[in-house]
Amino acid sequence: MMRVALFVPCYVDQFYPAVAIATLGLLEQLGCQVVVPRNQTCCGQPMANSGFARAAASCDQNFRQNFGEFDHIVCPSGSCVLHVREHNPLLTGQIWELCEFLTDVLQVRALPHRSARPLRIGIHQSCHGQRGLRLSSMSERNEPYFSKMETLLRLVDGINITTPARPDECCGFGGTFCVTQEALSVKMGKDRLAQHQANQVDYIVGGDMSCLMHLEGILRRQQSPIQVRHVAQLLVDHAL
Amino acid sequence: MSQRFVSHAQAASQFLTDEARTDWHDETLWFVRQKRDKAAHALPEWEALRELASGIKDHALSELSTYLTQFEQNALANGIQVHWAATAAEHNQIVLHIIRQQTGPAPPRVVKSKSMLTEECHLNEFLTKQGVEVVDTDLGERIVQLRQEPPSHIVLPAIHLKKADVSATFQQHLGTEAGNEDPQYLTEAARHHLREKFVSASIAITGVNFAIAETGGFVVCTNEGNADLGVHLADVHIACLGIEKVIPRQEHLGVFLRLLARSATGQPITTYSSHFVRPRAGQVIHVILVDNGRSTQLGRPEFRNSLKCIRCGACFNTCPVYRRSGGHSYHNAVAGPIGSILAPNLDMRRNADLPFASTLCGSCTNVCPVKINIHEQLWHWRQTLTAEGLAPPAKTVAMKGMAWVLGHPTVYRLSGRIGRWVMQHVPVLVNNRLNPWYKGRDMPSPPAQSFGEWYDKNRSRV
Repeated sequence: MMRVALFVPCYVDQFYPAVAIATLGLLEQLGCQVVVPRNQTCCGQPMANSGFARAAASCDQNFRQNFGEFDHIVCPSGSCVLHVREHNPLLTGQIWELCEFLTDVLQVRALPHRSARPLRIGIHQSCHGQRGLRLSSMSERNEPYFSKMETLLRLVDGINITTPARPDECCGFGGTFCVTQEALSVKMGKDRLAQHQANQVDYIVGGDMSCLMHLEGILRRQQSPIQVRHVAQLLVDHAL
Repeated sequence: MSQRFVSHAQAASQFLTDEARTDWHDETLWFVRQKRDKAAHALPEWEALRELASGIKDHALSELSTYLTQFEQNALANGIQVHWAATAAEHNQIVLHIIRQQTGPAPPRVVKSKSMLTEECHLNEFLTKQGVEVVDTDLGERIVQLRQEPPSHIVLPAIHLKKADVSATFQQHLGTEAGNEDPQYLTEAARHHLREKFVSASIAITGVNFAIAETGGFVVCTNEGNADLGVHLADVHIACLGIEKVIPRQEHLGVFLRLLARSATGQPITTYSSHFVRPRAGQVIHVILVDNGRSTQLGRPEFRNSLKCIRCGACFNTCPVYRRSGGHSYHNAVAGPIGSILAPNLDMRRNADLPFASTLCGSCTNVCPVKINIHEQLWHWRQTLTAEGLAPPAKTVAMKGMAWVLGHPTVYRLSGRIGRWVMQHVPVLVNNRLNPWYKGRDMPSPPAQSFGEWYDKNRSRV
C-alpha cells in the first residue's frame, strides 16, 4: 500500500471541502494510505506571484514541517504543485498534481464501476497545470496531442468531452491579477466561458479550483445553469 | 503623446469599456496567432529550430563584445561607417549630426522604414524638434505617425485601428474622400503620398533585424519593400542597430529568417529580406550600434536572455492580456509580454506595473521562437520591483499580513472560520462595491465547515 500525504490548497480547504473529500476518497479507493497533516496551510503562491516570495518563507517552512517526512505528496491543484516544485527550496520528497499522480505513479488504466449520467463536459486546463507541469500538450508547440486529465475522464462511462474553440486560452484568474486587473480578468473569464457555452456543456471540469472559482463567480452572476467540478469529483466512485 | 501617467490596469479598463471593439481586437490578433500556428506546425523541425535559434543567441550574447568588434571591423572594411551610442540621446545626436553633415543648410528630407529601436529612442520627436521632417514609410507606421500616436504593436503598428479610423485620418491628412473605407482606395492614396516622399528623400533611415559579425553586413526584413525603396533612392543610409542583434555567421541567418516571419504573421518568409553589405558607388552607409540599457540587462542574470528577442511579436498575438488591453496600455515603445520584461530595465519606477499585467499563463514563453522564458522573467521582475520598494504600500501590508496568517496554522484556521462566518451571516461585508472580485463575479458560497474541520470530525488525525 502506497503511503501518501494529501496537501489541500488553502482556498479548497475553506471554500471547496467537497473537492478535498473527493480527492481523499479517490486516492483511498485506488489503494493509497492517505495522511492529512493537520497543520498544513498554504503553498505560499499568492505572496510569491505578487512579488513577495521573500515573505512566503513562513509558508515554505510550515510546508516543510508538515510534509517533510513524506516521499509522495499529492495535491488537487496544478498551480500549487507548480509553485512548490519551482519555488519552495525546503521541499523534500516529490509533490504530484492529482492527475499526474494517477497516470504516472499509480498508472491507473481503468476505473471500474464509475459511470455518470450522460454528461457533456468541457475541460478547463489550468495554464500552470498544462504549460507548467506539462499535464497536456499545448497548442503553441509542435508536439503530439496528449492530456492526462482527459485520459482519466475517458475511463468514466457516460462522459462526453467537448473541446472549446481556443483549447488552451487562459481564463483570466491569475491569482491577485483577478482583483488588481479586475476588468480584464472578468473579460477573459467571460470569453473563456462563451467557448464552453457554445458547446452546451453541463459541467466545466478542471484540475484547479482557483480558475473554476473565478469562472463559477461569473456563471452565477450570469445566472447560468452550468456547474463547475473538480476532476476528482468525477473520478471518485460515489457509491463506495 | 501621453501627458499624464496611466497604469496598465487603468488603461486596460478604459480599453474594455468598448466591449465590441475589444472583441474585434482580440479576434484580429487571435487570427494572426492561428496563422502562426499553421505555419509553425507545418514544419516538423519547428521545435528543433527554436532550440537552435535559442542556442545561437545564447552563444552570441555570451561573446557579445567579440562579435560586435568583429562586426565593426568587417563593416569598416566594407566601407560602412560605424558609430557607437551608449544611450538613446547619443543615438539621436549621431543621427542628427549625420543629417546636418549631409544636407547643410537645405531642409533635410528623411524617410524611415520601421524600426522599433528608433521608437525606443523617440527619434521622431527629437528630429521634429530640431526642424527635421521624418516620414515613416511603413504603411501602418505612417498611419500612426499622422495620428501622432505611438505604434501599438511591434510588427502591426496600426492593428488597433479600423478601416473607418484610417479613412478619417487619410481624409484629414491626405485629402481622401470622406467615408471611403475601401482598403484598395486608401492604400492607393498612401502609395501616391509616400512615392512623393521617397523620390525627394536624401536620407533613408532603417532598423536592422540581423547584423552578421562574419561579413559585416546586415539584413532588414519588410513586407512592403519600403526599406529598399528608401535606401536605393537616397544618398545616405543610416541603419540603427541594437547591439543584441548581432549573430556570428551568415549560415545562422537561415535559422532566424525561417522563424521570424512564421512567428510574426504565419508567412514562410518576409516579402523582402534585404541584405546590405557595402555602399554602392556614391552612397554612404552609417551603422549606429546602440546600447541604451542593453549592457545593463546583459548583466542581470535572470533577465539577460530577454536580449535574444528577434521582435517577431508572436508573444503579443498570443497574450490574452495584450489582445484585450491593446498596445498603448503598456506605455512603452515595445508593448506586450516582451515589452513588460524589457521596460523595467529602462525605468523600473515608471514600468513597475508592467510585469503584473499578466496571469503568468506561459503562452508567450512557448510561442517564442528563441525560447525566452518570458513568464518566468515576469515573475522575477515582480520580486525585483517589490525588493526595490516599488509595490503599492497597501499591497505590501496585505501581503505581509497574509504571509503571517498562512505561516501560523492556528491563526489560519481561526481566520478561515471567521471569514466564512462573515460571508454567511453578514454577506454585505464582502458583497459590496469595495470588493473588486464582486464587481463582475459572485463570491463562492461558504461551506458550513472547512475540509480540516470535516476531517477532524470524520477521520482520526495522525
